[in-house]
Amino acid sequence: MSGNLNLTLKIWRQANRTSIGKFETYKVSNISTDASFLEMLDILNEELQRKNQEPVAFDHDCREGICGACGLVINGRPHGPIKGTTTCQLHMRHFKDGDTIVIEPWRAKAFPVIKDLIVDRSAFEKIQQAGGFVSINTGGVPDANAIPISKEIANIAMDAAACIGCGACVAACKNASAMLFVSAKVSHLAHLPQGKVERFERVEAMVKVMDELGFGSCTNTYACEAECPKEISVRHIAKMNREYFAAKLKARNKD
Amino acid sequence: MITLESKAPAGKLQDKWTTHKFNMKLVNPANKRKYDVIVVGTGLAGASASATLAELGYNVKTFCYQDSPRRAHSIAAQGGINAAKNYQNDGDSIFRLFYDTIKGGDYRAREANVYRLAEVANNIIDQCVAQGVPFAREYGGLLDNRSFGGAQVSRTFYARGQTGQQLLLGAYSALNRQIGLGKVKMFPRREMLDLVVVDGQARGIVVRNLITGEIEKYSAHAVVLATGGYGNVYFLSTNAMNSNATAVWRAHKKGALFANPCFTQIHPTCIPVHGEYQSKLTLMSESLRNDGRVWVPKKAGDKRPANQIPEAERDYFLERKYPSFGNLVPRDVASRNAKEQCDAGKGVGDTGLAVYLDFADAIKRLGRKAIDEKYGNLFQMYQMITNEDPYEVPMRIYPAIHYTMGGLWVDYNLMSSIPGLFVLGEANFSDHGANRLGASALMQGLADGYFVIPYTLGNYLASNKFSQVSSDHAAFSDVENGIRGFVERLLSVKGNKTVDEIHRELGKVMWSHVGMARNAEGLKTAITQIGKLREEFWSNVNVTGSAGDLNQTLERAGRVADYLELGELMARDALHRNESCGGHFREEYQTEENEAKRDDENFSYVAAWEFNRVGDWTLHKENLVFENVKPSQRSYK
Repeated sequence: MSGNLNLTLKIWRQANRTSIGKFETYKVSNISTDASFLEMLDILNEELQRKNQEPVAFDHDCREGICGACGLVINGRPHGPIKGTTTCQLHMRHFKDGDTIVIEPWRAKAFPVIKDLIVDRSAFEKIQQAGGFVSINTGGVPDANAIPISKEIANIAMDAAACIGCGACVAACKNASAMLFVSAKVSHLAHLPQGKVERFERVEAMVKVMDELGFGSCTNTYACEAECPKEISVRHIAKMNREYFAAKLKARNKD
Repeated sequence: MITLESKAPAGKLQDKWTTHKFNMKLVNPANKRKYDVIVVGTGLAGASASATLAELGYNVKTFCYQDSPRRAHSIAAQGGINAAKNYQNDGDSIFRLFYDTIKGGDYRAREANVYRLAEVANNIIDQCVAQGVPFAREYGGLLDNRSFGGAQVSRTFYARGQTGQQLLLGAYSALNRQIGLGKVKMFPRREMLDLVVVDGQARGIVVRNLITGEIEKYSAHAVVLATGGYGNVYFLSTNAMNSNATAVWRAHKKGALFANPCFTQIHPTCIPVHGEYQSKLTLMSESLRNDGRVWVPKKAGDKRPANQIPEAERDYFLERKYPSFGNLVPRDVASRNAKEQCDAGKGVGDTGLAVYLDFADAIKRLGRKAIDEKYGNLFQMYQMITNEDPYEVPMRIYPAIHYTMGGLWVDYNLMSSIPGLFVLGEANFSDHGANRLGASALMQGLADGYFVIPYTLGNYLASNKFSQVSSDHAAFSDVENGIRGFVERLLSVKGNKTVDEIHRELGKVMWSHVGMARNAEGLKTAITQIGKLREEFWSNVNVTGSAGDLNQTLERAGRVADYLELGELMARDALHRNESCGGHFREEYQTEENEAKRDDENFSYVAAWEFNRVGDWTLHKENLVFENVKPSQRSYK
């Protein structure tokens, strides 16, 4: 059933990349429990504008949990308290009247804050550009049914491919490791015959760029899996590690 | 006087594209690197076009407003993509896909374009599979299909309920490869604010850097717009929050004709509106109508919970009225029927503005596991938003604005009325007539980007002469100054209403009068009200913050300023089209059975509007010629 909430918000405000940020406290009242978390922030922003104050900047777009644009650390947890949910799909019915909610941006060296709750995730782009593809051009490909792929393998590939690139895995990790994000792409393509051709080059190139960009190491805490809104499994990290060792072994055998 | 030439080649329908591809001029491989091409937008059409043009050797500059090209709203498409592979051996063919699409569009699309779309659709599936798109498969390892509205064959390929995501990530991976190779220069967090035309040719764009607020200028030999539709004119729609019409609208004001703006699609299965604070509407994929049954109580005002209404007191109105297509009638028909039931007082839920979509029978027949496998993520999303479990109680759904068939006018080569300005995907008007069938938007976006523009753009570049134009050219600084003035004007109003307040009001006017059912009186009211809102906006809006900063309020303000003009054109187009067709339903023009009544004698044309000044447009007509199908009253009974 719907009801209404009065809340205290402690929100990270930061003017730009170089300035020093701090928490500001705001009150919002009469928030419907049917509203989404971002709609609650919309309401706050409307009030701020009416008072001629600058609204809180946050990334968001589809509000259907699929574009990966949104991402807030809510009370210390990326995308908030509900498992398998993006910030935009989190609804206010999961909060109580009188709650204080702390809202921060992703915190990671590789994701500098641009403004308020918006971070720069272009490091993710660079990793994908290094090898997150099958090297084919448009045209001249075989018929789609020419390569049968077992349902089981297709399902595993799809599980990995469901990654939305939001960065919650990095935000959740005490080392700010990007292993879950990178492994999702590596595993997706390494499972499929189309991607197997370049599997070694791919994993080496992607891992190299990941390391260069300041992401930390994986120490198997599985915080990434716990906070991933698409519940991507750490098994894909294991798969990536196997791919990586195989690539290194192959390279050594060549020498 | 502008004459609209479709440039559709002569000859047999089946041979047109092949002949045209042979007749078009080519740019030799060594010369391709001398040409710069700008692509705006990175959804299916923009990403696939950018990647493919770069593979051919052109220098591509690609722009998107998001922080990553992967976030374009194609990502949210759920259900699937059509192709006439006939893998199911159920009688499908390219001609049938063409026929279903033309008929589904209520005979308001160009035959040649639609046939080409159906023809290249098979290549799309091959291409995506080769990229590693994990489509759903059968136990034997071959691709699975499902059915969608408006078709009696199973031709829809899908990747769970995330087909758009997987197709976009495929195109994004191809784009990434070209960025890595240095053939595409990617400019994220940029919003196109104007087009630059030099000597009658589109030669560049002016954008705002959304991080720094700087106005930046980029030149090229041709400009490709793949910026999506204009559903957000209605405020509440299934579009992403930042999807907008600014790129196409500014191009329109520079001379590109806007075609069929009143052809908007209302999707029948969305989660109903629940409060004033609502920011957007969420779609539940049409694929759900494969297994879900739509019904309302037979008795008006029956407020019993769904499970207490016995079978005999339920009206499965789509199955009753349309026995051959049943729950899988096209979107416009399903939407209108839902509205009709609610208008008759049979709507369900607190607001009475919803009908049931019930899976009880399917769960009984196939088991919960099978349903979960097919629609698991959709059910989860529904529960997340509504707090109701669709395995236990039927979903409540209601129509919402989803897609816009209208868009910038383009010829067969996808070139607008401005030479060198090409328009792809939802941003153009070309393939869906007055109503788009499900799973055809993904098909069109990728057809345009992978398989059409690489040919037609080459032909344009090879057939024209280009003067040396860089972004230092005077035309660029003129446009830049105009944009600076526009931004300053927005910031200097300093009134009392927020941007969203005015946008919400516009949305209400549009939904009430230019929505699912329209009439002359309502449309005239809308035109007056939109004019007033526009005045209010420019005298009473409050845009906080400054120009030289990341300013999301300013971004939205610019978009809403455009909606306040485009909304009027939509109403004017709807008012002039004295017939009902597809998504454009004029209450004055309906059959005795309340179906859309077309007027082929007087309205079998594309309405392409030329901008003179705000509130004043000139209508141009491109007559539609049907040589291969005979327009008839659509019947899904």
